This record gives sequence, C-alpha cells and structure tokens, in this order.
Amino acid sequence: MQSYELFDRNSRSFIYGQQQKAAQRMLDFDYLCKRETPSVAGFITPTGSGYIKLFFGTKEISIPRYISLEEAILANPDVDVMVNFSSERSCAKTTMEALDTENIRTIIMIAEGVPQRDVRKIAKIAKERGKWIIGPATVGGLKPGCFKIGDAAGTIQNIKDTKLYRPGSVGFVSVSGGLSNEGYNIVSRNTDGIYEGYAVGGDVYPATTLIDHLLRYEQNPNIKMMVALGEVGGKDEYQIIEAIKEKKLTKPLVMWVTGTCAEVLPSGVQFGHAGAKADSKADTAKAKNAALREAGVIVPDSFEDYDQKIKSTFDKLKAEGKIKDLIEPTTPNVPMDYSQAVAEGLVRKPTNFISTICDETGEIHDYCGVPIDQVIKEKYGIGGVIGLLWFKKKLPQYARDFIELVIQIVADHGPAVSGAHNTIVTARAGKGLIESIISGMVTIGPRFGGAVNGAANHFSWGLQNNLEPREFVNEMKKKNVMIQGIGHRIHSIDNPDERCEIMMNFAKKHFPKHPLLDYALAVQDVTTMKKGTLILNVDGTIGVLFVDLLKSLGYEESEIKEMIDMGFFNAFFIIGRTMGFMGHYFDQKRLKTPLYRHPWDDILYAVPDYPEEVK
Amino acid sequence: MAQKGIREYDAKRMMAKALPKFSNGKIKFEASQVLISADTDLVELAAKNPWLKTEKLVAKPDQLFGKRGLNNLLYVNKGWSEVQDWIKERMNKTVTIKQTTGETKGELNQFLVEKFVPHEEEYYIAITTSRDYDTIHFSTKGGVNIEDVWDTVVTLDIPIMKDIKDLDVMGFLPEELKGRKEIVADFIKALYKMVVEYHFVYLELNPFTFVNGTPVALDAVAKIDDYASFQCAEYWGELKFPNPFGLEKTPEEEKVDELDERTGASLKLTILNPAGRIWNLVAGGGASVIYADTVVDLGYHEELANYGEYSGNPSRDLTYAYTKTVLDLMTRKKDPQGRPKFLLIGGGIANFTDVAKTFTGIVQAITEYKDKLIDTDVRIFVRRGGPNYVEGLNIMKSLGEKIGVPIEVYGPETHMTKIVSLALAKKVG
Repeated sequence: MQSYELFDRNSRSFIYGQQQKAAQRMLDFDYLCKRETPSVAGFITPTGSGYIKLFFGTKEISIPRYISLEEAILANPDVDVMVNFSSERSCAKTTMEALDTENIRTIIMIAEGVPQRDVRKIAKIAKERGKWIIGPATVGGLKPGCFKIGDAAGTIQNIKDTKLYRPGSVGFVSVSGGLSNEGYNIVSRNTDGIYEGYAVGGDVYPATTLIDHLLRYEQNPNIKMMVALGEVGGKDEYQIIEAIKEKKLTKPLVMWVTGTCAEVLPSGVQFGHAGAKADSKADTAKAKNAALREAGVIVPDSFEDYDQKIKSTFDKLKAEGKIKDLIEPTTPNVPMDYSQAVAEGLVRKPTNFISTICDETGEIHDYCGVPIDQVIKEKYGIGGVIGLLWFKKKLPQYARDFIELVIQIVADHGPAVSGAHNTIVTARAGKGLIESIISGMVTIGPRFGGAVNGAANHFSWGLQNNLEPREFVNEMKKKNVMIQGIGHRIHSIDNPDERCEIMMNFAKKHFPKHPLLDYALAVQDVTTMKKGTLILNVDGTIGVLFVDLLKSLGYEESEIKEMIDMGFFNAFFIIGRTMGFMGHYFDQKRLKTPLYRHPWDDILYAVPDYPEEVK
Repeated sequence: MAQKGIREYDAKRMMAKALPKFSNGKIKFEASQVLISADTDLVELAAKNPWLKTEKLVAKPDQLFGKRGLNNLLYVNKGWSEVQDWIKERMNKTVTIKQTTGETKGELNQFLVEKFVPHEEEYYIAITTSRDYDTIHFSTKGGVNIEDVWDTVVTLDIPIMKDIKDLDVMGFLPEELKGRKEIVADFIKALYKMVVEYHFVYLELNPFTFVNGTPVALDAVAKIDDYASFQCAEYWGELKFPNPFGLEKTPEEEKVDELDERTGASLKLTILNPAGRIWNLVAGGGASVIYADTVVDLGYHEELANYGEYSGNPSRDLTYAYTKTVLDLMTRKKDPQGRPKFLLIGGGIANFTDVAKTFTGIVQAITEYKDKLIDTDVRIFVRRGGPNYVEGLNIMKSLGEKIGVPIEVYGPETHMTKIVSLALAKKVG
C-alpha cells in the first residue's frame, strides 16, 4: 500500500466499542465489494471478551471481542485500522493508546465533544509518526471497493444507488459528516464515482483537515479530480490556496465553502458544527470562496450549481481522454436485514409468542394498555394492578379493595404451617431467598392454602345444581369428599374467625351480589349442627367470595370455572403468603440461625427387624 | 458548543483559584469581586462582602462585550452607595454598544463590582490557541486598544507538545520590565498552566498591573472549550455560559434549547425574521447551513425567517415538539400582501437516521396545524434521502393529499437544494 493510501481491499480493522450495527454495515459493504475477508477483525470491549455474531453475506460469522487493544493486536498482527466509537470522555485516551502501538496506522474518532487540546496533541503526534486520524465528530468515510468506516454512506441501497462499491476517479472530502453522504451522491450522479471520500469532522480542530486529504489525492494517480466541501470558520481552506500556489495541488478541484448566510445572521449564532463560526473576515464563507476562486479552484456561485460544476469538470477530463471508461463490475445481492425487510413491509412471519396483558416495546411500558405512569398517577394500587394484569380489566374500587384485603389477611399464618416451616428450614440450611421461598411455595396445594380453589369449586357445584344445603352435604358425603373450605382447628360458630367476619362484612356491604356466600353460609348452618368447628374457614370464605366477586363483575359461570381450573384463586393466596415467607426468611437470616436438625425424640423409629423378602 | 465566552467574573474567580496552585504559591491573586443581577439582594451581598462598604470600587457590565470605557459603561473609584445607584439606573436597560465589529443592541443585566486598584503600570497579556501551538502576547503598553501599539507586543509560541518550563519565558519579555521580569515570568507561567489545565482557548488581560508585587487583572476576556467540562467540572466550579450580548432569546428559541438539552439529539432554532416567508425545517448541521445559504445566495435573505436544524436521530416526540414550534411561528399571521409562505423540509442523505421515523413526528405536527397552514397559505417542499427514505417520502406525499396542504416531495435523485429554487420560483410566479 502506498503512503498516500489509507486502505486497500485487505485492510482490516478493530472496532473500539460494541457497535454491532455499524460493524454489520461494514461487512455488508465488504460483501458487496467482493472482499475476501471481512474488514472487521475484532471488537475492543474492555467490559468483557467473547464473540459477536454478524453476517457476511448470507453466512453468519463470529467476530471476537477483546478486552484490550494489546490483546487484539497480538491475535491479529495484520490489522492497522481502528474505528474508535468510544465516548467523547475516553476517545482521546483510547486514540492515544492506538497511536502508541506499532501496528495501528489509521484511527477514526467518531465521538463529538472531544476536548480541543487533546485533539491538537493527537493530531501532532499522528503527523510525527506518519499516522492518520479522521475526526473527531465524524461519521468517517470510505474507499469504494476496499473499506468503509462504520456508518458512513448509509444504507446498502444507497451504496448501490451511488455505486460506492467500486472506485471512480474522484477524491472527495468534506468537513461535515452528515453531508458527506450527500456529497457522495452528488459526485456519483455527475461523474464516474468516488475513489475515496471522507468527512474530517465539524470541530474547530479536526485532527486532519481538507488539505491533508487533498494532498493525498494529488499523489494518487487513480484520482483524476477532487471535490471538496468546506465550511465557514477557521482558516484551514487557506492552506489549500497556499498549496495551489506552491504547485502542490495541480488536479482540478471543485469546491464550495458553506455558510454564506452567516453574514446576514446576527453575530453569535452558532451553526450545527463547533468549528462553523467566523472570528474574522477571512473566516467567512464568502471570503474563502472568493479566495479559492481566485487561486484557480472551480467554485460555484452557490450550492445550487455545485453539481453542475462537478459535472462540467468531469466531462472536460473525459473529453480530454484523461478518464477512461469504466467496466462496471457485477455485484452480489446483499441479503436484507430481517428488521429492515419488516420495516419496508417486504416480509412477514408468524410469531411464536403472544402477550395480551402488557407491552414494554413503546416509549413507556404499559399494563393492559395503561401506561405505567398513569397507573401510578391514578392510584391503581396493588388491587388495580392485579386487575390489569390478571383480569385484564380496570376493576371498580370495591374489587381492588377486596383483593388487597385478601392479600393482607393471608400474608402470614405463623411459622408452623408447612410453607413457612419449609422456608425456615431451607433458610437455615444456608440457601438463598429464592430457594427458601420456593421450598415454601411448593407446599401450597390441595392441603395447604389450595382449599381456596377447592371451596370455590365445591360450593359452585352445589349452587349450580340447585342442591339444597343439606342435599349438598349429603351428596358430598356420599361421594366421600370432604367439603373444601369447611372446618377450623379452633374457631367455631360461637367463636367466629375475625378474618372471615371482616371479609364477609365487606362483601355484604360492597358487592352488588353474593349468592355463593349466602349458599355457603346455609351449608355452614348444616355442618355446624353436626360439630361447632365445621365453619366456613378463611380459605372457604376467600374462594366463595371470589366467585361472588367475579359474578358481580359480570363473569359467566363457564368463565369462572375456567379461572378456578387454572388456579386463579390460589394465586391470591400465593401472592399474599409469599410476603410472609420472605418475612420468615429475613427473620432467620437476621437471627443467623444454624442448620435445623429434627430431634430424634420427635421421630418414631418403627423400622422392621428385617425387610420383607421379595421372591 | 466548543469555544464559549465566559464572564470576566468567572475568569478572575478561576485565576484566584488556579494561580497560587500553578506557581507553587509564588503568585497570589486576589479576586474581591461580586456579580450583580436584577434579583441580587444588595444588603445581603454587602453583609457577605464587607469590603464593598470600605473600599473604593469599580463597576461595569459583565456580558461578554469589551470597550466598556468607550461606551461610558465603566464607573471607577466610587463608593458602594454611588455604585448601587449607577447600577440601578442601568439595570435591565437596552443599550447600543459600539464594538470594533459594529454596533450591537442588547439589555444590560449583569454587573461586576470589584475593588478599585490605584496603579501606574498597565501591561497587556493575551494567550491564544491555534492548531499547532499556543501563543503568549505581551506588552508593557496595556490599557489601550492593543492594535494601536501592536509593535510593542512581543510573542512567544509554545508548540502543542512542549512544556512551558522548558521555554525561556524571561528571555522573551522586554528589557524595560527590569527587576519585575521574574515575577512577570512567573505570573505568565502560572497563567499559561491554567490555560492548559482549565482548557481555556483564549485569555486576555488588558490591562493587568502589580500592586505590592502581586498581579491584579483590571480586565479579563476569556473563552473556554466546553467540550472539556467532563474533565474540568471541579476546576471551573459553577460555570454558566452566557449568550453573546444582544442575542436575547425568544421564548420559542428557549424552548428549543430546552428540548436540545434534554437529549443526545441536536435541535437548534434561531428566528431571523418572523415576517419572513421562507421557513427551514432541515435535518443535519451541515445541510441546514446550506439551505439557509442558498436562500441568501439566490437573493432572498429578507424572506429567510429562521435558521435551524434537527439531527442526531431525535425521537418522534422531539421532532414533533420541534416542528410544532416552527409551524406555530410561521402560521401566526398571514402575509400582509396575501402571498404564500414556504416550509422547506430539507436534508441530505442520512447516514443512519431513520427518515420515515423522524417524519412521523413532523407529520403529527403538520396534521395538527392543518387548518392554520391552509389559512396562511403555506406550501411545503420536502427533500430527503437515507434509511427508509422511500417510505418517509410516501408518508409526506399522502399527507398532502389527505389534509389538502400542497406538499411537493423529492428524493436523492434531486439536487439537495433544488427545493429552494422550486419554492422561490413559485413565489415569483
């Protein structure tokens, strides 16, 4: 590779940062140019190593991530380019690091906002060491057929449209990165295309300036004409005039300096670029354009005929035989990214998942269509949120209150019940929060807590079949089935359970209707005649009242059955009781209780003298 | 962004902090000064700074403009009560300031009050920065328009990679300083170190003097590289970058500034002439300049209503808010002569901004302003390229048909600024 060239078809680079999309765009360009190797050799990501998967054409390849530049170089000694995507805070440091290596010769600083003094140092060191910097505050640029920096030149379709996959005869350089793509477009529509094109960046002191690249283009025999786009502010353009006078620049140069409007604007207006601000007469676009024109540069009257000037300059070179006809290469088809194809409405695919309760893909995620900030502002509360996520309904206040009431009531029932006990034993075995509460939760079922579902089921069955309470009790007895939700260890008809009373009173006061409660209480009248403790217990009350709640909310019998079948009612017990389990877990951890071992004297060892022999 | 002017007050505040540190205590620098705005509690201020009542004072506006003496805005060797009256008379008054570059009209709203220092010598020092080196300019003939005595100015270049301690600072100073050479050299070295460490890009003290062997700056002009804020937050202290004098912002411009600060995207708006009929809504810092240029270059700068840009992939909400601000401004009044207005939704070929996505915010705003746009006879011209541009342009085309506002739409095949001449041709016809 000649000293005036930055890239060839084999140039490979490191990407500093995890810029997967930019890297994919580089690889798509490579494929379109029929490069043999991808131009990205690796990513430098100090936060971790590993691989990143990208496409090279239709094939998926993995590109390594390295923790340091040093490590990356060791593994890829041929790489001499670093595309530096690190932030403005660390861009100078990481660029210096690359300048200090033997291997890296060209560095592109993408970040905007790198302190000027740091860039000035970098520019100086790079020049001293014969290295090249593009940027900062740039999108980069490209050498058609060889190498493309990051996001430069935009989409693959644009690269095809403007033939940026194969070299033309024009060397282009601009200050603005945003405009560089427009520049490539203008050049490609009016000439045989770009040979090389870069944006040096809109800072006050870009590390390399227009003249640095024009001088390279001058030396390159493949470049027949040059096109540049300058900007108001600074005096870098005057170096171009000097170079022309000294015959260091002799190729035709079409150039325009933007910012001619600055003179009619109030002073102090800062354009989009940091460097675009005239501090003296000589910095103004008008002065620069006039000086360039005088020096022999082809300067249009305004941007309006920039394209025409480029075209006439090219046509003249062509007519003079200085530019040969180009043989257009064929280009492979670069597969479109799936997301792009979707955006353009070209493909579709069935989804594998469906969610009807919430959506987190918008600007703010929502619960069943209610944005989360609205949930808070409108005080949905736990009951309201459960309404949205479980019922998919905006529940009335009494329903929200009832849900919260239930959750509070079932939150804990002491350390002795199976779930809490298991949680405690697991916590004491040194396990973490998740394992401990899971070991408690797995005991929830038909015998522990699960009676909620069962009670709802049993009483609903009775009511639906129009069984008189006594009939119902008899039927259950006949089937040898215990009625779920009936019976308590201590409480009785004369010593009622306060928790049940609270729930029942709430329902009687607020529920529009409560037929199953009435039915269950009639059943209780029958059972307590037999024994005083055979009352509707907490599980039974919850189960029965949830059925009434659903009925009040307008649910059909079949829907309620479906909900019972999928364990909906137990869910209230689980969500409440988990709070208790966690409490027991934290309690044990705070107390630093040791491993639990069940005492021997609490175990009946009834082991036979010898096992039964099976023949 | 980048090089920003700071107040004299802040420059001196930083010097007081930095100079002793960067001279190993050799240079003391006192900054007895206060900054006064309309809502400053003067009683409290005087209680906190007892010297205000005991010393003779100097008062002057501190709003990034010079030549205050020439403009009768320098009040010297007065007592605290006189100074208060003098400031009260001028506070929030609009004045026209003569500068070397011309006249600027603006409101006075920040005054610096400091100790008056009787002195004899008036020296000049400026530290400038350029690509390859920094330059120290020094003269013993300060206190005047320095261009008038430019032949007395000596300069010392400090190449970017050089340390000032390796340079002969004593040697470049004029002989007439005599015994004071060493202290001046020490002062310059400390000042230069501050310029480097604090990321100043420009510092001028014209004049400065010595009182009992201690340097005193009688004036200070400074610019700072605000890109270095992440390194310098502690050095700078609480630092605000005031707008250039005379560039008071309209509420709409301030609103756009707010939007701009809220995100990583860039949104800018300067209103040039609210009665102008050509309004720009252009994507990209570079392209926005070219659109404004082209209007001016084609001879219509009187009709150019605004300069502005949006870039850096702004969200739909931001683009919507920005567009709304522009549409609101342009549809407030009909053209008195009943001529149409033009909205140029321009831009180059984006590298990676999703054109269709940014257009959705614009479409939302245009739809909302449909009636007003029709009422004020607004014609819209669109030119854009880049990711998803086909879809973006289609959205715009069908929008025009839907709401009955004339919208002409062009893509990358049309020269970027063609819509300017297309619009202007309509205007003539």
